[in-house]
Amino acid sequence: MVKRLLAGDRRSAARLITLVENEMDDHHKVMRLVYPHTGKAMILGITGAGGAGKSTLTDHLIGKFREQGKKVGVVVVDPSSPFSGGAFLGDRIRLQSHSQDDGVYIRSMASRGYLGGLSRATYDVIRIMEAMGNEVVIVETLGAGQDEIDVIHIAHTCLVVVTPGMGDDIQAMKAGIMEIADIIVLNKADLDGANTSLRHLQGALTAGSFEEGEWMPCVVSTVSAANKPEDLQGIDELASAIAEHQTYLRKTRAIDRVKYNRVEQELGLIFKDELQKIIFKGLKGTGKKREYIESIIEQRNDPYSVVEEVLNTYLLPGE
Amino acid sequence: MNNQKGTETIENREKGSTNDDSFKNLSGFKIKALYGPEDISQRDHETELDLPGEYPFTRGIHKTMYRQRPWTIRQLGSLDSPAKANERIKQLLQMGATGISLCLDMPTIMGRDSDDPLAEGEVGSCGGVAIDSIEDMRNLLEGIPIDEISINFVSNSQSAVILAMFVAVAEERGVPLERLTGTMQNDILKEYQAQKSYYFPPRPSMRLTIDTLGFCNKHLPRFNPISISGYHLASAGATPVQEVAFTLANGFTYVEEGIRAGLSVDSFAPRLSFFFKVHNDFFENIAKYRAARRIWAKTMRERFDAKDRRSCLFRVHTQTSGSSLTAHQAENNIIRVTIQALSAVLGGTQSLHTNAFDEALSIPTPKSEKLALRTQQIIAKESGVINTVDPLAGSYYVEALTNQMEDECYKYFKEIENLGGVISAIEKGYFAKIIADSAFSYQRKIEKGERIVVGLNEFFEEEETDIELREADPEFEREKVSDLVELKENRDQALVKVCLNEIGEVCQGSDNIIPYLIKAVKSYVTLGEIIGVMKEIFGEYREESIY
Amino acid sequence: MSKGRKRRILIAKPGLDGHDRGAKVVARALRNAGMEVIYAGLHQTPIQIVNAAIDEDVDAIGLSILSGAHKIIFPKIMTLLKEKGASDILVFGGGTIPKKDRVVLKSLGIGEIFTTGADTHAIIDYLNRTLES
Repeated sequence: MVKRLLAGDRRSAARLITLVENEMDDHHKVMRLVYPHTGKAMILGITGAGGAGKSTLTDHLIGKFREQGKKVGVVVVDPSSPFSGGAFLGDRIRLQSHSQDDGVYIRSMASRGYLGGLSRATYDVIRIMEAMGNEVVIVETLGAGQDEIDVIHIAHTCLVVVTPGMGDDIQAMKAGIMEIADIIVLNKADLDGANTSLRHLQGALTAGSFEEGEWMPCVVSTVSAANKPEDLQGIDELASAIAEHQTYLRKTRAIDRVKYNRVEQELGLIFKDELQKIIFKGLKGTGKKREYIESIIEQRNDPYSVVEEVLNTYLLPGE
Repeated sequence: MNNQKGTETIENREKGSTNDDSFKNLSGFKIKALYGPEDISQRDHETELDLPGEYPFTRGIHKTMYRQRPWTIRQLGSLDSPAKANERIKQLLQMGATGISLCLDMPTIMGRDSDDPLAEGEVGSCGGVAIDSIEDMRNLLEGIPIDEISINFVSNSQSAVILAMFVAVAEERGVPLERLTGTMQNDILKEYQAQKSYYFPPRPSMRLTIDTLGFCNKHLPRFNPISISGYHLASAGATPVQEVAFTLANGFTYVEEGIRAGLSVDSFAPRLSFFFKVHNDFFENIAKYRAARRIWAKTMRERFDAKDRRSCLFRVHTQTSGSSLTAHQAENNIIRVTIQALSAVLGGTQSLHTNAFDEALSIPTPKSEKLALRTQQIIAKESGVINTVDPLAGSYYVEALTNQMEDECYKYFKEIENLGGVISAIEKGYFAKIIADSAFSYQRKIEKGERIVVGLNEFFEEEETDIELREADPEFEREKVSDLVELKENRDQALVKVCLNEIGEVCQGSDNIIPYLIKAVKSYVTLGEIIGVMKEIFGEYREESIY
Repeated sequence: MSKGRKRRILIAKPGLDGHDRGAKVVARALRNAGMEVIYAGLHQTPIQIVNAAIDEDVDAIGLSILSGAHKIIFPKIMTLLKEKGASDILVFGGGTIPKKDRVVLKSLGIGEIFTTGADTHAIIDYLNRTLES
């Protein structure tokens, strides 16, 4: 199946994505085979509150990349219902204009409980899309506050989308997103208050501290929801800004730092998951887990002591 | 179930000792076991109730209502081909219908000609007539006395074109435009909210609507250019109170737009008409009409400063609820339709369409059609309810419900206002969300058995009924397409081009577009071609949010 | 973190019809039942539907057709799925589809057809049952 994936077969890609998303049997093995064929694509992260117009922006950006002859993969992440575990994934509707284009592959993912909207699986899904032959992979996720920070670990270039007057510009500054975004997109710039928002955002940027030679985030105003091509605004500028950032990354080798962070982050996630699995697996059947938990509840023990004990008992060097 | 003794004190009643939460109407209002004078005492009867035919018209828009003239029996008469529809219309007229409603097929609804690749398999669908060119309009109306009967065109986004064709045919036949009566549904706002057969964004769509308004104002004074519709909102899931609130809000928006376009309110408001659905809850519906009349009148006078009495009249056409019909035990629908029709009559509707009982299974047969018609005739001529105007006035329950409906409407108006008005609320997905929520909630109630549908979730019987679809006739489609191709070949191509260019220019300008459309359709420019040009200039609307 | 295989269902309305109340109600019900619903929306062509179903690796496609065009649309979808080697995707539907047509559709390999008024729990049970195997 991996062979077919490398040849660009969509069904294989789709199947493999399901495999890694569900962490089914051989997904480790599969990813080992896929990994060597990754690392060359531009990974673009787009985040912002619901209704900001992320999907419509994505739609236009896809168009731009296609004009350049690049193949594009898109991962759209929406939250899973905390109650039922199900999800309503409706973003494809806004990416319709590319539904017939063979050079575009769109996949909807549910966050499946990960607050940041991005799970471990997302790294693998992106890799699968890379291996499939996509030179650009766009990851679109709903940012609702601090958690959108996740996306900066996954993407090379990070776009945060805000809209005028919704308080987003103030929120953005508060949440420190200003430091996280490589490009801030002020969408729906035709609305009232756009100029004010623009000034606030630019002001906040100049107030921030940036080293000489470091990338200073820029603000691009756009109008993405236009019913006629002539009414679109800012898309070309946005595409240029993205290209500029990409150039910056390569020229200053900042890309290395980005890659380093990425892998570090991912390793952290994998370690966390795997260790948890190992430990709970190890405790399974011994009745120890219940014992530990009850001892904590009854105040005979505390969580940190338990963890220390478990680690010392089960993860001694040489074990 | 609580028993309410008549000797119970007023305090106890007000405390709600009768409250049993399972008695709610479709709008979600809790219904008390007993209503009394205290339920309506806080409203000023003198100013709120008054008399029928007098502001604020709660009791009816005319003094004598049905005593003088019963409501119009307006049944739907469409079939795929203009020729067959023409026959059907003649049949209905013979049976005693005093008005006709005409539906369009799916491609026409979506602004496409029968030869459009996307129209494949859907030409003449759903009992709607395929209108591509003026030729079709001619065939449709052949032999019909259009100066005598009232025709309701169920057209929306393509209304400007349909109007142009209608006017062109009337002119050909030498019928003075001032004699033409009827309605065009032409309600684009509800398309964005529910039916989704829009093409262009709200602003240009509004421009087209106002153009039709302006044109009819001048040339077709007896024609109602808009039927502001609640029916579709309700069918998409809106509760009765939401139906009233959103319909009225839309109505007010059209008034605003008309005024903004420079028309004086009294010059066009008298011709605005409405279209409601009548649901199952008998008294709730009656209250709906009374509240609507009162709210419309008060708002027109107080907010829009309408001086002409006729601007304050809420004139409404009603259709019985299609979504309440069941496929199982279809005869039960006869009773449903009767009760709904009676409710609409007691509510004071100006015209009424009653569904045939088999409509959940198929397009009505002549027999079931006749029965639907007779239902109205029996109510009108045998039941005696028309002998007096607004017989339920003064009923504690009905007046309390009317007041409650009115209050709830104002709450919705406030919410919409806070979002920046109807169009802004549409773009923010406000209506779509509320309607989808109501639809889902209704479905849940039926599944949980909280709302009973006899024959469906209670008294269910296995039976051998089946849906009988009137198949989209592929032969008809072939013929229609070939006719259209022929028409396109034999017309003056140069003239067609000129007309389309003109239309394109007018779209970018601010002239009233209707005269240009009339000229174009007379030159055999097709509906699809006209809409195509408009799409290029106005753009195509894409819904931003889903829920 | 919720793991495990989730059912993925594509819900779409093919053709020109815009009455999406049923499709939305079903989509929401499936979501509440723990499924991941890819809602493709209105005015979908058969090729758009099949492409989306494959790319999203769905377990089933649910089509809502009220316009009477089911006799053309369903077979087209089945043919496309076959061409693309994706016949293992379950196709089911809802709308105004007479019994005799349902029989014909079943013979083409289409799953259950739920007519208007169907209970959403019946749809959920059907999907759970059928996709189990």
